[in-house]
Amino acid sequence: MSVARKPIATGSDWNFDVLERFDEELAKLADEYRLDTYPNQIELITTEQMMDAYASVGMPVGYHHWSFGKQFLAVEQAYKRGQMGLAYELVINSNPCIAYLMEENTLMMQVLVIAHACYGHNSFFKGNYLFRAWTDADSIVDYLVFARKYIAQCEERHGVQAVEQLLDACHALQNYGVDRYKRPSPISAEEEVRRQEEREAYLQTQVNMLWRTIPEPPNGVSPLPGSLHSDDDPLGLHNGGRYPSEPQENLLYFIEKNAPLLAPWQREIVRIVRKLAQYFYPQRQTQVMNEGWACFWHYTLMNRLYDDGKVDEGLMLEFLQSHSAVINQPGFDSPYYSGINPYALGFAIFMDIKRICEAPTDEDREWFPDIAGSPWRDTVEFAMRNFKDESFIQQFLSPKVMRDLKLFLLVDDDQVETLEVAAIHNERGYRRVREALSTQYALSVREPNIQVVEAAIRGDRSLTLNHVQDSRRPLGRSVYPVIRHLQQLWGFPVHLVSMEEGRVTRRYQWPIEEESDAS
Amino acid sequence: MTYFIDRRPNAKHKSAVNRQRFLERYRKHIKRSVEEAVNRRSITDMERGEKVSIPTKDISEPVFQHGPGGARQIVSPGNKEFLEGDKIRRPSGQGGGDGAGEGGASNKGEGDDEFAFTLSREEFLEFVFDGLELPHLQRKPLKSLEEIKMVRAGLARDGVPSRISITRSMREAYARRIAMRAPIKRALKEAQEALAAEERKDPVLRNPARIVELKAEIERLEKRIEAVPFIDTYDLRYHQLAAQPQPSSQAVMFCVMDVSGSMTQNHKDIAKRFFLLLYLFLEKHYEKVELVFVRHHTAAREVNEEEFFYSRETGGTIVSSALNLVNNIIDKRYPAGQWNLYVAQASDGDNWDDDSNICRDLLVKKLMPQLQYYAYVEITPHEHQSLWHEYETVAEQFSERFAMRQIVDAGDIYPVFRELFKRRLSQEQ
Repeated sequence: MSVARKPIATGSDWNFDVLERFDEELAKLADEYRLDTYPNQIELITTEQMMDAYASVGMPVGYHHWSFGKQFLAVEQAYKRGQMGLAYELVINSNPCIAYLMEENTLMMQVLVIAHACYGHNSFFKGNYLFRAWTDADSIVDYLVFARKYIAQCEERHGVQAVEQLLDACHALQNYGVDRYKRPSPISAEEEVRRQEEREAYLQTQVNMLWRTIPEPPNGVSPLPGSLHSDDDPLGLHNGGRYPSEPQENLLYFIEKNAPLLAPWQREIVRIVRKLAQYFYPQRQTQVMNEGWACFWHYTLMNRLYDDGKVDEGLMLEFLQSHSAVINQPGFDSPYYSGINPYALGFAIFMDIKRICEAPTDEDREWFPDIAGSPWRDTVEFAMRNFKDESFIQQFLSPKVMRDLKLFLLVDDDQVETLEVAAIHNERGYRRVREALSTQYALSVREPNIQVVEAAIRGDRSLTLNHVQDSRRPLGRSVYPVIRHLQQLWGFPVHLVSMEEGRVTRRYQWPIEEESDAS
Repeated sequence: MTYFIDRRPNAKHKSAVNRQRFLERYRKHIKRSVEEAVNRRSITDMERGEKVSIPTKDISEPVFQHGPGGARQIVSPGNKEFLEGDKIRRPSGQGGGDGAGEGGASNKGEGDDEFAFTLSREEFLEFVFDGLELPHLQRKPLKSLEEIKMVRAGLARDGVPSRISITRSMREAYARRIAMRAPIKRALKEAQEALAAEERKDPVLRNPARIVELKAEIERLEKRIEAVPFIDTYDLRYHQLAAQPQPSSQAVMFCVMDVSGSMTQNHKDIAKRFFLLLYLFLEKHYEKVELVFVRHHTAAREVNEEEFFYSRETGGTIVSSALNLVNNIIDKRYPAGQWNLYVAQASDGDNWDDDSNICRDLLVKKLMPQLQYYAYVEITPHEHQSLWHEYETVAEQFSERFAMRQIVDAGDIYPVFRELFKRRLSQEQ
């Protein structure tokens, strides 16, 4: 130890001066490592405030809804019984990047959290392509404020219950309120407010246009699609073809634009839920990477602090204990097992990338010819910027990490009597395990694939959705409540058809009573 | 660039609105739990919140999910002994049916069929007393401002030594000393100056007689200064107390119960819960609530709580004995001017025949004029007897303050209690 140890502070108590000095030190190191971050806004909060933040899924300002209250009660209950510790930190993808620190944390915890959230997550938010493409860190807080105000206004005008029911329905569909391929226009609160009324009026006329030409079905008998007389449609606008012309995966967007009976304010609320779902969409796809990246950097930065003599051994020991708890991965047969720990997996992969760069083995040279021996800092940056969990695992999960975690692949087929171990961490299995783990993180596989295929604009106005089934996996039982919500939004009957390989496997509809007339 | 912000002083209870929304939405469920809890708990046990469980399916927020069935691949960590191609028996619990996916089992998680959370004590009592109002709560404090409380009311020149205000007395003394010494000091100074002037003169010109005179004067003045007393009787100040009438914030609740042979333990349990509710209710509105337990068969006795509910006695029934005892206790210990008086009586309706009209007279003439409220519950599935009919005439006379209801089994207690104390709509209007 040649370094003269001059810790900035010792013991476990912290104060603002000390935190600022640690932050300066971390900022210097982050600069040295070329971490590109938003400015940080670090907020010290109490336990209760942390539970609040938790309950509102980390939104600093949220609209009111009972489900957040439920969340709060659940968190509070679990915390009081000691079933869970609160997260020490919560960080919001915004510019400036807001991070919450709990006042109860020890000094070590606060430093760790600053390194983890304010430099790790922060640089991830700023650098990763999904966040760059899908979220607008500059305006999210303003937009949340707008949303909260707007919804409060609606509650005043239309009653709490009406708004609550609408939000229930929207929440049920919020995972289907994202554009997966198109980049949404940035949301900006000012613009929202300025354009909102304009849009209300405009939207409504659009919807009216679409539905105006619907002829009244004679005596309530639904005409078959395409049976329209050309007199009713001289321009042939609705001649044949279905609406929408292509399947739509963004259900909330489709509803916002096309649901026949929604009032303008209801469309606006659908839009708000949709926008927020869009904002959280990248986070759902980058959990492993995001946490792995943050852990990688807190580990690196804390070790540098120690090497530079800025912290003492006591703090370092405390850190190592807490760090190893965070990245611990219990085995599948452990009572503590609850799936793969994203912190553990992400941290292991990033550390391994660094190892491959600095000290590659023959195996690494064979598996990763293009990164073995490259400068590690550029390589991890590349990995962080250009991938999501699915592709990140596919690209960077090395045989060594699979061996360390002892990963194995199980096939569970309900038509076979037993489960089968399909691959383990050996030469024959690496690729299969990696492939399967990557798929496991693909949102498109985790969530059923459901799309709007037809709105019967010339018929009974019913809405038809297709569920593209994969590997015979059916929809869960929650399907009925969800299509009931969908039916509330749409205002007319909703049909959902499960298809696999072009064959219909199951039909669902709401209202259910109609079952008998349905073909 | 980093800013630190201390948010700790910020508004707490940011989630309060959401929490209320949640409680409101599941009002029915929560109420049911609260009612069950009230029936289950003992009298000392109401001072805490309640754990409430709601079936998860009732509060779930549904989303599209994969159900059980089909083929899936799962990657897990921690492989110790498996090799490729191993077959493992399916863990039990999963419906292995190969139908069209209508598996009966819940699709994920086990053991979380209930969403449980804790109501705070306030929220719990809020639910218990939802929509209830204490009868005639306002009237007493307004009418009888008779409880006297002594409050400090400044200072006085006389009083008892124990109430001397030392600081104020010393301050007075100090002022007096300054005032009395000032003229003397002034004269003393003049004399001293004159003496000094005389002594500075040339010895030839000195007037010895004058010097002697001045010295004598100085001595006299110094003595006078010393003679000013350090403290004197007029300096003394005493704290004064004034009597101030206070609205009475205390209540006493008489629990009267028949313990004759015809009352079974079950009857007593029902009665107990009824008393318990009343006690809680009073406690919420008064600073201090005292309980008096009076049990009776042919003779009445004041007893403690334990004995009241649990000891057994047998014999006939004379209700008036208890009413007489209550009346005596009120006269002796709880003058109606100072206490809010509540009586709750539970009985199975049995009474010695000639006694019922004595009870009525007692009530009408002696008790009712003093009481805030009289609640009578009859725990019986049978026909009413004479006591009930006599009480009905009392209820007619004091319809505002006398209430009677019949309870058949434990489930009735809460509704009956609510009915007895429900807000009087006519009063509100």
